[in-house]
Amino acid sequence: MARNSDLDVAYVARLARINLTDAEAKVFQKQLSDVLKYVEKLHQADVSHVEAAAHALPIYNVFREDVQRDWFTAEEALGNAPRQANGLFIVPKVVE
Amino acid sequence: MTDKDLPALSIADLQSLLRRREVSAREVIDALRARIEAVDQDIGAYLSLDMEAAAQEAEKSNVDLPLGGVPLAIKDIINVMGQPCTCASKILQSYRATYDATVIRRLRAAGAIPFGKTNLDEFAMGSSTENSSMKLTRNPWDLSRVPGGSSGGSAAAVAADAAIGALGSDTGGSIRQPAALSGVVGFKPTYGRVSRFGLVAFASSLDQIGPLTKTVNDTALIMNAIAGHDPQDSSSLNEPVPDYAARLGEDLRGVRLGLPKEYLIEGIDPQVKTAIDATMKQMNSLGAEIVEVSLPTTEYAIAVYYIVATAEASTNLARFDGVRYGYRTENPKDILDLYGRTRGEGFGQEVKRRIILGTYVLSSGYYDAYYLRAQKVRELIRQDFARAFEKVDALVSPTSPVPAFKLGERVGDPLQMYLADIFTIAANLAGICGISVPCGFADMDGQRLPIGLQLLGKPLDEARILRIAYAYEQSTDWHKTRPPIASVPRKA
Repeated sequence: MARNSDLDVAYVARLARINLTDAEAKVFQKQLSDVLKYVEKLHQADVSHVEAAAHALPIYNVFREDVQRDWFTAEEALGNAPRQANGLFIVPKVVE
Repeated sequence: MTDKDLPALSIADLQSLLRRREVSAREVIDALRARIEAVDQDIGAYLSLDMEAAAQEAEKSNVDLPLGGVPLAIKDIINVMGQPCTCASKILQSYRATYDATVIRRLRAAGAIPFGKTNLDEFAMGSSTENSSMKLTRNPWDLSRVPGGSSGGSAAAVAADAAIGALGSDTGGSIRQPAALSGVVGFKPTYGRVSRFGLVAFASSLDQIGPLTKTVNDTALIMNAIAGHDPQDSSSLNEPVPDYAARLGEDLRGVRLGLPKEYLIEGIDPQVKTAIDATMKQMNSLGAEIVEVSLPTTEYAIAVYYIVATAEASTNLARFDGVRYGYRTENPKDILDLYGRTRGEGFGQEVKRRIILGTYVLSSGYYDAYYLRAQKVRELIRQDFARAFEKVDALVSPTSPVPAFKLGERVGDPLQMYLADIFTIAANLAGICGISVPCGFADMDGQRLPIGLQLLGKPLDEARILRIAYAYEQSTDWHKTRPPIASVPRKA
């Protein structure tokens, strides 16, 4: 199992698209290192003959007919948007 | 008009008054409103109320429906159309639900009136409701202590008679643990028994909606309304739903109860231990046979949970990006700046910690060591329970190793907070059902604090677990004892 010193909170926060303050990064580094040290105990479990469980109970693909049904109107879908205009979500320019 | 204290009634008692037309649904709403005004500035259970809409619904309610005219409080992570759904997060502070969750649709069809949204740990991440970015909720038994969490608002509202009953959600104990710490009944159904459609997702393979009520019978009544298959939730089980209230009252002869020896851990409060010992004697005198069982993988449950739950949370919460709904930062210079600052400013500390941990355990190079290994140990935990249920009908333990702790006592140490869920977490990993019922009191600094008994059952064995819990509850007076705040003078 990976050693907990591998965790670089500032780097992972960037992957998760969360800007942290320096103070937050410092506190989280310590707290999450403690948690990772605690979960090291999973290394003691013998899992050599075990299939990984994605769910506790058997889950199957569920299919349905592809039929049209009533859902949100464009107005409702935009109802909680932080910025909108002309029936569109407005964001900063993405493409130059 | 009745001289009864309406908000203090159980659902069943309220229904008989309503059906005999001794009280109107409108009078119930008015009495509840007065009660909330009297106690909620001390408790802080509610994040939002819509009593006007509730009063209008009450005027036209059909009290002969299964939950006709019964007002219910809803954890603020379940969508109720037109009402806020904040998840106690700044990032959803101004969000309004545009549709009803399936459970709400079903409750309305049964005649219930969802009138208010209750406080929680932000996105249900926590065990004390202190991670709410909205307000503090206090334990009705001792205002200097936590109500438990994450469904702490729902538990405190029911305990303080500021709700008749409530819905919560349980990902690692978030219904059962606050129910225990606040002295009410809390039930987590089998994974897939109740639709998750309209529940804001935290950890999709663990989350389950369930009731918090004053009695076991009331939990059965709510389950009758909300359980069942939903085509809009692909993890919903397509299995018949029994009448959960029908066979309550059967005795415990022939029932085998398992006491997992791994659950008698160090760190369990001596008064909790005493209460559980007394409970086992009581169960025995009611006819149950007590069997010692072993769940050897218990020691791994919390470690597995904090890998699986945070991994799922890190992907589920990726949707909060400041684009389509919710909070957005001021003057972003480009799209990455918009994402990073929106999420940095919008999420609270615990949510950020968990997203970062979840991102890490899923990241390239660490996936096998953490996530894949945790999923394998999860399977061992499930097999442990399956073996135990070959020998017994239900497993018994304390719900929490300690009674309600002081506000602020554990916030600085996330790992200590996580350990509060030691007895409840494995049930979510294994997908089984479980209940917490009041089973005694501890004396702490001259205050009486409730203790909860947990009963765990096989997948889809809800009816049996409710029968056992009911038989125990009816043989005690614990559920009839009210917290001090419930005796504040009510308006004439």
